[in-house]
Amino acid sequence: MNSINASLQFVPISYYLFFCTVLFCIGVTGVLIKRNALLILMSVELMINSINLLLAAFSTYLNDPAGQIFVFFIMVVAAAEVAIGLAIIVVIYRTTHSIDIDILNKLKW
Amino acid sequence: MITGILIILPLLFSLVVFSLKDEKWIRRMAVTGSVLEFLVSLYGLFLYSTQCHCQLLLNIGWIESLHISFRFGLDGISLLLVLLTTFLTPLIILSSLDHPYRKPSAFYGLILLMEMAFIGVFSASDGLLFYIFWEMALIPAYFICAVWGGNDRIRITFKFFIYTFTGSLFMLVALIYLYLHTPAPHSFEITYLYAAHLTAPEQIWIFAAFFLAFAIKIPIFPFHSWQPDTYTEAPAGGTMLLAGIMLKMGTYGLIRFVLPICPVALKEWGWIALTLSVIGIIYASVIAIRQSDLKRFIAYVSIAHVGLISAGIFALTPKALEGAVIQMVSHGINITGILIIISLIEKRMKTREIPQIEGMANRAPWLAALFMILLLGSIGLPLTNGFIGEFLLLLGIFERNVWMAAIAGMTIILSAVYMLRMYQRTMLGKLREESPEISDISLAEAVPLIPLVIMVIWIGIFPNFFLQLAEPAIREIMNLIHG
Amino acid sequence: MNYELRMINLIINLIPLFPLLGFLILGLGFNRIPAKVASVVGPGTVLLSFAGSLIVFFHLLSGHGTGGSGRIVTTLFNWISFSGFTISFSFLMDPLSLLMLLVITGVGFLIHLYSVGYMKGDQGYNRFFAYMNLFVFFMLLLVMGAGYVMMFIGWEGVGLCSYLLIGFWFKNQEFNNAAKKAFIMNRIGDLGFLLGIFLLFTTFGSLNYLDIFGQVKELNPGTGVLTVITLLLFAGAVGKSAQIPLFTWLPDAMAGPTPVSALIHAATMVTAGVYMVARSNILFVLAPATMTVVAVTGLATVLFAASIAIFQNDIKKILAYSTISQLGYMFVALGMGAFTGAMFHLATHAFFKALLFLAAGSVIHALGGEQDIRKMGGLGPSINKTRWVFLIGTIAISGIPPFSGFFSKDEILSHLFNRSSILYIFALAGAIMTSFYMFRLYYLTFHGKFRGTAEQKHHLHESPSVMLLPLFILAGLSIAGGVINLPAFMNGSAWLQSFLAPVFSDALPFLKPPEFEPGPGLEWLLVAISVVCVVCVIPVAYLWYVLSQEEERKEPLWQSFLRKIPANKYYIDELYDTLFVRPVMSLSKGFHEIGEKKIIDRFVDGIGVLVVRTGNTIRYLQTGHVGFYVFMMVAGIIAVLIFNLVI
Repeated sequence: MNSINASLQFVPISYYLFFCTVLFCIGVTGVLIKRNALLILMSVELMINSINLLLAAFSTYLNDPAGQIFVFFIMVVAAAEVAIGLAIIVVIYRTTHSIDIDILNKLKW
Repeated sequence: MITGILIILPLLFSLVVFSLKDEKWIRRMAVTGSVLEFLVSLYGLFLYSTQCHCQLLLNIGWIESLHISFRFGLDGISLLLVLLTTFLTPLIILSSLDHPYRKPSAFYGLILLMEMAFIGVFSASDGLLFYIFWEMALIPAYFICAVWGGNDRIRITFKFFIYTFTGSLFMLVALIYLYLHTPAPHSFEITYLYAAHLTAPEQIWIFAAFFLAFAIKIPIFPFHSWQPDTYTEAPAGGTMLLAGIMLKMGTYGLIRFVLPICPVALKEWGWIALTLSVIGIIYASVIAIRQSDLKRFIAYVSIAHVGLISAGIFALTPKALEGAVIQMVSHGINITGILIIISLIEKRMKTREIPQIEGMANRAPWLAALFMILLLGSIGLPLTNGFIGEFLLLLGIFERNVWMAAIAGMTIILSAVYMLRMYQRTMLGKLREESPEISDISLAEAVPLIPLVIMVIWIGIFPNFFLQLAEPAIREIMNLIHG
Repeated sequence: MNYELRMINLIINLIPLFPLLGFLILGLGFNRIPAKVASVVGPGTVLLSFAGSLIVFFHLLSGHGTGGSGRIVTTLFNWISFSGFTISFSFLMDPLSLLMLLVITGVGFLIHLYSVGYMKGDQGYNRFFAYMNLFVFFMLLLVMGAGYVMMFIGWEGVGLCSYLLIGFWFKNQEFNNAAKKAFIMNRIGDLGFLLGIFLLFTTFGSLNYLDIFGQVKELNPGTGVLTVITLLLFAGAVGKSAQIPLFTWLPDAMAGPTPVSALIHAATMVTAGVYMVARSNILFVLAPATMTVVAVTGLATVLFAASIAIFQNDIKKILAYSTISQLGYMFVALGMGAFTGAMFHLATHAFFKALLFLAAGSVIHALGGEQDIRKMGGLGPSINKTRWVFLIGTIAISGIPPFSGFFSKDEILSHLFNRSSILYIFALAGAIMTSFYMFRLYYLTFHGKFRGTAEQKHHLHESPSVMLLPLFILAGLSIAGGVINLPAFMNGSAWLQSFLAPVFSDALPFLKPPEFEPGPGLEWLLVAISVVCVVCVIPVAYLWYVLSQEEERKEPLWQSFLRKIPANKYYIDELYDTLFVRPVMSLSKGFHEIGEKKIIDRFVDGIGVLVVRTGNTIRYLQTGHVGFYVFMMVAGIIAVLIFNLVI
């Protein structure tokens, strides 16, 4: 464990931070600009995974396994979420024959 | 122990009445329950005056971790108001008996539930408990007005509910704030609340919050706009409960909470409350002169009268406080009596519009005579109950501020103006030819009125018993203010 | 000794109790008890009170058991008492209250007796006597009370009875209006009285006469607080005794049955104000400014009311204005420190004014309800007995010797002459006017030709003996009443003066001494002047109203204009209507229409509307576009980040 930590710590933490920020922003941008519900869902996954990566990185740098345990939790929850999200998208597709989110504007004021 | 019975009994009877189907039994049980409750409270009075002049306490743990418990106690002021409640409720029920209310089980059940809430408010010696019963009284009141009220009942009752509820939320906030500032193991118990350490600005905020809650309930000018509409729209029994008992919750709250908890704020800002109360007296009296609907008329009269009570409370003198307490009782008796008379008038003339009623005394002399006595009580003629309260209140206010007393004293002129005007136009004069055949008051109708009329004169001639009952409690509150 | 004292205490307590009992019997019995019982109970209870008063009177006169103080205090029970504040229900018996007691119960009994005949056959016969008994009860409380609060109880109580009795025939809304007006105007004065009581309490810490009067001597004369107290108390007296500016209710109060006018609005209740000032003599004497106000108000009222009385045509209204005017005399006397004179005039006025009212009632009775003197005339022969007693009353009120009114009025006039000659001249003018309007009334009613309808003429009859008997007794009292206080220069004993002396003795040293002490010669001269003046106008009245009543005298325009103003009571009612009644009414409307609906309620509803509007506006943010929501979310996060960075 210690040797793995040491080898991982060879990469400076700022790299992880930078990388995850970029990944997160790509996710946000995807959510903001995409019309396709499936792509939005994927962008959300991207954001989640950027956070996961960051958690794991800090976990090793701080020698605290709690972060990695969190990652597992998040992955489980994300899987459930994706399952539900996809199910919803499938249902939407069946009723509207489209997965464009702009036509889903009935739920307003 | 007795306090516990007092709270449980109406609840039990209320549940019984709710579950009954047979109308005859509903009425019987409602009357039995309320009369029984009155007897129990009389026994409480007996215990209080013979055994100990201390409080009749009851303490059962509830939310231990926050030191909240079912803590009830009766001192002189609470006891008087509990007695007023238990005395008026049977009479209100009796006077409602011949009204064909639909779903009587719900109606009488709600009245009993309301009685329980009133007694809870008056006997709670725990801030949170007080709040809970305070809101609990609102719910039956809402349903009574919203289900059995007049044509515009839904809109009016909604306003009534929201308005008074908004006010009481301020009280809740103040209570919680106080709780956090009570000495070490925080508690809502009243003595802890009294001991809460507050700086002057904090007191002012607490005062403002409490004042808002109570001022809306009482109501003090200019927080009264819910009241005339609600009194007018509510069914007769509901108006009696609202005017006779419910508004005393507000004045009682002022005495129980505001005076002992924020003495510093009162000394600085109490004059605003005093001035508002006095303005309310004149304002409502003047408006009352021209009202044509009898119930709306009584609503404004009530604002004027309770304005005097609250002015007396804010005068912070022992005499004014004594006057306020005795006047709370008197006002409850007088206004309930007058409302019963109004419902009898409405029953006979099929209208409450003063211009359409004339000369009832020709056919109903006893009704007119009873009306006259209640009216004299309400305009404070000596040897009736109203005078004792008015005299002490005005004297107390006079000791505080001469000019306020002079202005508030205008009430003795204005009350004569509006009351006699109303009496003249309804009871006196010739009976119109087109008016329906009316009969004098029957024995059954007189039953709820006679105890009230007796009390009007009894308190007027022998007020000492009531005054001395309240005296130790008032002295204690005065000590808290000045100590 | 002890036993005797207890007996006397019992009797004192019984005096007001009898009429109360009568009220309860008649009130609760209502229409169920026969009129015969009411005819016994009504006057009977008052007679019992009279008997009790006589016993107490002679007891006090003998001086037993009063410890030399000349008064007895009995306490019934503690009325209001808590932590150091006590008002007890107690009675004070001293010469002053006894004089009032005797007048109230004595004259009261006679009027009750008269009412048995007058009210016969009336629908509300029992109710009438119930109210009358209640009135006597409250009046007795008023004069017997041992403190200001007790006086106030009676004060308000008689106001109530006055209200009930003025509006006794409640089918007539005009009468009801008059009753309401009386009650409300009285209450205006009562507010002053009440505030005066409060100020007395805060100043002296007590409301008992003896406590207050004991302390007040230590204050300096003219102390501000005393002036305020006495002015406030006087405001109450002004209301009750119908002085300027609160006098307009009394003429209207004539709507009540005539015995009511006699008892309440002439003999007793309206004199309560005089009693109050006399009772508080030491307070008033120590406030010279107030004394001046009292005297000036009284004198103004004398002239004002007399000038109106000359032009009235309603027999009872003339008597009402004359009552106001005579009460004015009493107040002038009080204001000048002639307390005995005021009380003397009060007593004799009770006799002759009750007599005049009852005689007027007899006239009205004979004419079947007619009150307008223009439709009377020449009634002398047909109702001869009434005519003679009326004449006795007229002579007495005009102040012609040796009738009672002469002595009491003369005492006031001579007292005025000693202190202020201007006041004297005005008061003399008032006396002349009194004589004139009273003889005008007398001549128009009993002399000349009958001007009513033939039916009325046919119906004319003398009243039954139950009505005449009280008239004769009162006539006797009006003639001989003066003997109770024959002045010293007529070799009289001035009995009333010495009887009342203990009550007023404390106040006299503080009075301003008279400018000079007149000798007996001057006194006789004054008497001669006033008698000559008063008698001189009688032929004038005869000339105008008997000899030349047929042809309407042509009068120039300015003269008719001059007559119109007092004939319409100087338009005071209209003035009050414009100044007070209408503004309050429009204020009421304004408060309701604008204050309530437009301001307060709109403000409250406005808060609700504001919440609804805000919700209505903000809900458009809920576009339904998922992209928009996400954008807002991200924008929010960024905003929070920036916020965190900046702070």
